[in-house]
Amino acid sequence: MTGYTATVTVRLKHGVLDPEAETTQQALERLGFELEDLRSADRFEIDLEAESAEDARERADEMAERLLANPTIHDYDVEVDER
Amino acid sequence: MTVSIIRFGGSNCDRDAERALEHLGIDAEIVWHEDGLPADTTGIVLPGGFSYGDYLRAGAMAARSPIMEEVREAAREGVPVLGVCNGAQIGCESGLTEGAFTTNESARFQCEHVYLRVERADTPWTEAYEEGEVIEVPIAHGEGRYEVDDDRLAELEDDDRVLFRYCDENGETGPDVNPNGSKHNVAGVLGDREAVAVLMPHPERATLPDVGPTDGQGVLEGLEKNA
Repeated sequence: MTGYTATVTVRLKHGVLDPEAETTQQALERLGFELEDLRSADRFEIDLEAESAEDARERADEMAERLLANPTIHDYDVEVDER
Repeated sequence: MTVSIIRFGGSNCDRDAERALEHLGIDAEIVWHEDGLPADTTGIVLPGGFSYGDYLRAGAMAARSPIMEEVREAAREGVPVLGVCNGAQIGCESGLTEGAFTTNESARFQCEHVYLRVERADTPWTEAYEEGEVIEVPIAHGEGRYEVDDDRLAELEDDDRVLFRYCDENGETGPDVNPNGSKHNVAGVLGDREAVAVLMPHPERATLPDVGPTDGQGVLEGLEKNA
């Protein structure tokens, strides 16, 4: 078994309104920053022991499918690194 | 016959629902989620509140608690299930109904009375109304914007599974009378079966005559009707 960190990033699907990101963008602009767009995402870092990087990825993928992301509104991606 | 009102950690409209049902003469009891669904349950309310602090997403944690498997099983057997506000979010998160209720377009918590147009009057939840009737019911939510992809929404509309839409007092819908940015002003939808319904507005807060309009009574009466 090897220690891995699986990083799951969950973001709204393209086209789904993100009022919190819009509000954050407006706040940055009020502070004088110039930007074209801002998107936010949730990032989960999961430490786990697995037989292989592929195994770790599969398990993190299932965690995203079943809880971390809501497939109705979210896309997600998984990155796996050895600890 | 007893309606089970499921209390999760952070539910806060469970007692409102109980009092409203009591007023209507419907036998109901509050059930702690860890105790499981009583065998004699003839209707289920997923009440409003902030279960598990809305951690991750509103309703996400409660939707994955073991009792929800029993709720889904009961729904499959035809037991009426009503999800209100946080209960509606739980309903969508658990797959009882389609779509998702997410952050209001305003990015603010909104607590106000709204008008709803009854889209169908031939369901257990709306038998008391006429199709197209306008009812007044309060909302109180920060995450009530109904989201679903456009193709799926078209299918839901074709299948007549939109139960209520936000509207003005004359029943006209549109962006100006959409409190939270819900797609097509959707305020409530039916599940695969008509016996399952979720809505963001609070019918239990529009039931007792002492606290204002009583337009929500008809929705709660659906719990007595085994479809």
